[in-house]
Amino acid sequence: MSNTYDPVEVTPLHADEVARAQADALAAIAAARDLDDLKQARLTHVGDRSPIALANREIGALPPAARAEAGKRIGTARKAIGEALAARQAELEAERDARVLIEETVDVTLPWDRAPRGARHPLTTLQERIADAFVAMGYEVAEGPELEGEWFNFDALNIAPDHPARSDHDTFFVESVDSGKVLRTQTSPVQIRALLSRPLPVYVVSPGKTFRTDELDATHTPVFHQVEGLAIDKGLTMAHLKGTLDRFAEVMFGAGITTRFRPHYFPFTEPSAELDLRCFVCRGSSAVPGNPPCRTCKSEGWIEWGGCGMVNPRVLLACGVDPAVYSGFAFGMGVERTLMFRHNAEDMRDMVEGDIRFTLPFGMEV
Amino acid sequence: MKVPLSWLREYVDLPAVTAQEVADRLTAAGLKLEAIHSHGHEIKNVVVGRVLEIEELAGFKKPIRHCKVEVGEATPREIVCGATNFSEGAVVPVALPGAVLPGGFEIGSRKTYGRLSDGMICSEAELGIAESSPGILLLPRDTPIGADVVELLGLRDDVLELEVATDRGYALSIRGVAREAAIAFGVPFRDPAASEAESGGGESWPAAIADPTACDRFVLRSVTGFDPDAESPLWMRMRLARAGMRSVSLAVDITNYVMLELGQPLHAFDRSRLSGPIVVRRARPGETLETLDHVVRTLHDEDILITDDSGPISMAGTMGGLHTEISETSIDIVIEAAHFSATGIARESRRHNLVSEASKRFERGVDRELPLAASWRAVQLLVELGGAVADPGVTHAQVDVSPVRITIPADHPSRVAGVTYERESVIRRLEQIGCVVTEGAAPAASAGHGVAATGVLASGDLADRLAVHGDDLITVTPPTWRPDLTDPNDLAEEVVRLEGYDRIPSVLPPAPAGGGLTEAQRLRRRVGRALAQAGYVEVLAYPFMGPRDLDNLLLPEQDARRRATRLVNPLSEDEPYMRTTLLPGLLKTLVRNVGRGFSDVALFESGLVYRPEPQAPATAPVLPVDRRPTQEELAAIETALPRQPLRVAVVLAGEFERSGWWGEGRQASWADAVEAARTVARAAGVELGVRADQHEPWHPGRCAALTVTDAETGEPVPVGHAGELHPRVVEAYGLPPRTCAMELELSLLSPDGPVQAPAVSAYPVATQDVALTVAVSTPVAEVEAALRAGAGELLESIRLFDVYTGPQVGEGNKSLAYTLRFRALDRTLTVEETTAARDAAVALAAERTGAQLRGA
Repeated sequence: MSNTYDPVEVTPLHADEVARAQADALAAIAAARDLDDLKQARLTHVGDRSPIALANREIGALPPAARAEAGKRIGTARKAIGEALAARQAELEAERDARVLIEETVDVTLPWDRAPRGARHPLTTLQERIADAFVAMGYEVAEGPELEGEWFNFDALNIAPDHPARSDHDTFFVESVDSGKVLRTQTSPVQIRALLSRPLPVYVVSPGKTFRTDELDATHTPVFHQVEGLAIDKGLTMAHLKGTLDRFAEVMFGAGITTRFRPHYFPFTEPSAELDLRCFVCRGSSAVPGNPPCRTCKSEGWIEWGGCGMVNPRVLLACGVDPAVYSGFAFGMGVERTLMFRHNAEDMRDMVEGDIRFTLPFGMEV
Repeated sequence: MKVPLSWLREYVDLPAVTAQEVADRLTAAGLKLEAIHSHGHEIKNVVVGRVLEIEELAGFKKPIRHCKVEVGEATPREIVCGATNFSEGAVVPVALPGAVLPGGFEIGSRKTYGRLSDGMICSEAELGIAESSPGILLLPRDTPIGADVVELLGLRDDVLELEVATDRGYALSIRGVAREAAIAFGVPFRDPAASEAESGGGESWPAAIADPTACDRFVLRSVTGFDPDAESPLWMRMRLARAGMRSVSLAVDITNYVMLELGQPLHAFDRSRLSGPIVVRRARPGETLETLDHVVRTLHDEDILITDDSGPISMAGTMGGLHTEISETSIDIVIEAAHFSATGIARESRRHNLVSEASKRFERGVDRELPLAASWRAVQLLVELGGAVADPGVTHAQVDVSPVRITIPADHPSRVAGVTYERESVIRRLEQIGCVVTEGAAPAASAGHGVAATGVLASGDLADRLAVHGDDLITVTPPTWRPDLTDPNDLAEEVVRLEGYDRIPSVLPPAPAGGGLTEAQRLRRRVGRALAQAGYVEVLAYPFMGPRDLDNLLLPEQDARRRATRLVNPLSEDEPYMRTTLLPGLLKTLVRNVGRGFSDVALFESGLVYRPEPQAPATAPVLPVDRRPTQEELAAIETALPRQPLRVAVVLAGEFERSGWWGEGRQASWADAVEAARTVARAAGVELGVRADQHEPWHPGRCAALTVTDAETGEPVPVGHAGELHPRVVEAYGLPPRTCAMELELSLLSPDGPVQAPAVSAYPVATQDVALTVAVSTPVAEVEAALRAGAGELLESIRLFDVYTGPQVGEGNKSLAYTLRFRALDRTLTVEETTAARDAAVALAAERTGAQLRGA
């Protein structure tokens, strides 16, 4: 540090000079019209070669007594210039954003359907949803072949060869009428397979494809889908069957939707019942005279849904299950029919034909 | 079953409720309402009139009469009428002006044929009694003039059409429905079969049962002097019509009427056509019978026949023979009422494709005790309405049958239903349906034995195993009209349904611990979702195909897909096979969508195919049902069934990426089909091998064989194919050009186990590009595999970013440009390390594929 100083060299530190440099800087900052101008102003007025920077460098040349005051003066000026720069920078950036980003505006409503759109068939996803409802109750999903042994499809289910119920099934026979092989007319043979292959107790649900020789029309299709349920345990009763189906109805159609049993006949269950679902649209109100009609249940208040009953002890015997120890229930319903009333699908042919317009709206789940 | 309420009310004192209320109670008891048919409710102002004068009007194209008709008013009415079947003094129904006829048809006073017509003289058709009628309805001369015709003839009625389940044969009669209605309303029931039937005297015609398995009761009664001109009374014709049967002649109408009322099918023979004793037996080889419908039927040796000295005269319980049929000249009539084997009639009916009102009842079970009563009722009607004289005596052949007895604990119905029923209720309900209930167990010898010829055959052994044990036993003997009641649970059902299914509470059983979906089930869902996300729409095509599909797909003679299972009764003779591949269904669905105006279509299906094994047995045995089959027995069924693996396939045509305002799209190509396979493989968590192949129905130069690696042997396992279809396949199916497809067997895709988590390095990546020249024919997959193997563990990824053919690489060559990315787990790689790894990669590619580094 020098103890002598040259007053000429320290001219930049004069108050007037500093004030002028500060004023020049502030004027330049204020005059900057864009961020480039401002960048230039920053270089000129606070850069390494700016008057303020040069003045700052001369502080060391002042006599020690004057240094503090000069330093303070310069510091004040630099602070003012820095603040002005920052303020102007913010202003100009905001201006730039407002202008440039607006200039980059696009029409976001333009379509962008370049990638193909796919969907799963609602009969598939409906079967999955039904299966999931039972899986949540502790059931497992059981499967079996679609081309099935007659013994599994009929005899083991207590449908004797000459029983009139067997002729209701309008069976597709395979190879020859006495080959003992058929296209399964129901998913019930899976019950037999489950009982033969699984340890007791058994709680299974089995969705799948089934076949009967109906002509295709709006309400029939020769290839259709059913979901079958079977529970075999100690002490199961019709009350458990009702509880299970009521729970299922709620899961599928919402709280408060229950089921109703009507006596019926199925060879593989005894007692047997037809299963009605409380209409989930009108909740039964349309059946009361004077109320508005309901399209979903045809103003009956109930929708026919499927069949159910207590597994016939003869079926248990055919599977080697002792009916003195075990009892259980079974139920089944048509998936196409369920899709029809759950989703207002009016024509079964749409489910069969594979027209993409029918399937696409269903997306990935129903 | 169509049940006129008026008929029902004859045998049960129903309260004054609507038809709907009766139907609701019956539905709740298991006789489900199909429809209510209302008759005559709209008819009004139709009265009985007497024709006083008839003036024939001339000059019209048809005969026209101007009549004066007395209708119980101060002066007669003038009425113009076009019918001619009445004379002066005839008593007829007259619709007065203001009358309403069925269909809301209103009658007014009007001028016609130049005269005033102040009403209308009515026919049966106009009153809704018959479908058609030739002339005016003539009423008995002593009918009170001016009386209301609707009241007088009982035109106002409701008919309940009920669905009768196959085990409820008894409900195919007014008698059976009336019994249920009486129970449902808690009112008395009068059994129409209860009247004392005359059973004394000698035989009315000689008859015998030769085969006790075919028939266990055979009753004949005869009448003489029947007036063949006697007509069926209006009330009978009306009831038959409303129950859905056509009026034929008085004798035939009587047999049908009794069948509807009691449930016993009857057959009427012309006695003069019978020769010698009647024998009930099975058919003999070569026998034929011309039946009522004029068809000569060749009989099967199991057919149950009614025969006389001339041979077969009737197919038991199914259809009568033409020769012995009663005709419009029959005077002496023999009525047959029998109880045939239910299964025997079921088979006979099915064999000859002959379903009659009689066969329907016999196969569902007819009351064994009805023949005497029903035949007696028919004879009474023949006497009363047809002026016949009943011959004394009755032929009654029968086979002894021991009744079914079922022993159950009195609380068995409660244990089945999960509802507590009072002991008294259980017994009362069983007695209401006609059971005899006694305390304690039945004598062991007769317990649970089935009815030999007619009912469900329950062997003593089976009955033992079905027996329910417990305290407080009761023994139940079901009534003869309920052959369906054989097992303890049958009795439980009767109690539960009559106590009301609505009494069953809703109790969720305690949940067992399930294992959720299996891996295979999860996989199937994942694959479906993955393909749908990738842009494919799922279809569920019918799993049938035809010989034409096999040809359209260009399948060679020996191709395994030609070995298909054939259906005996296919929906269409064009598609008699079960599919061996998913492609035909998908391709036809694609064509359908294109035909409906969608040119860009991508579809998928996952489902079973059916692949019969060449050496599989032709038949699957039908096993016993009174015990669990052995493993060998079950295996005998399994080996006879075709293999039914799960497959997944896609087809696609048109643009897979759409054109739009952004520019050109991209046509679906072989590469999309292969990528669909990779999508499936990724969903399955397996590595897919791809190599060139030639396989129908694919384009020979654009077909990929798809493989997975066998976890044990490390060998590639073929799973399917993908690529562009052969142009001739495209042409055969009428597909859009360059349609592509993929099919693989999903059952073969199973991951080796849980995915192993990779170690992720945070050190910098080192990138090296290489360009290699190889022969055009060299598969890229092989070059890449060599590069990977050569580069070793430091290689993080490899990506082909350019394929070039042209003058710079020489004829027959192509250039492949790759980016190789290297990274180590534990350090920053040096340039020397990276370069060494790259050089090793290139060296191995050169060794395996002849690749040359470009610019080297």
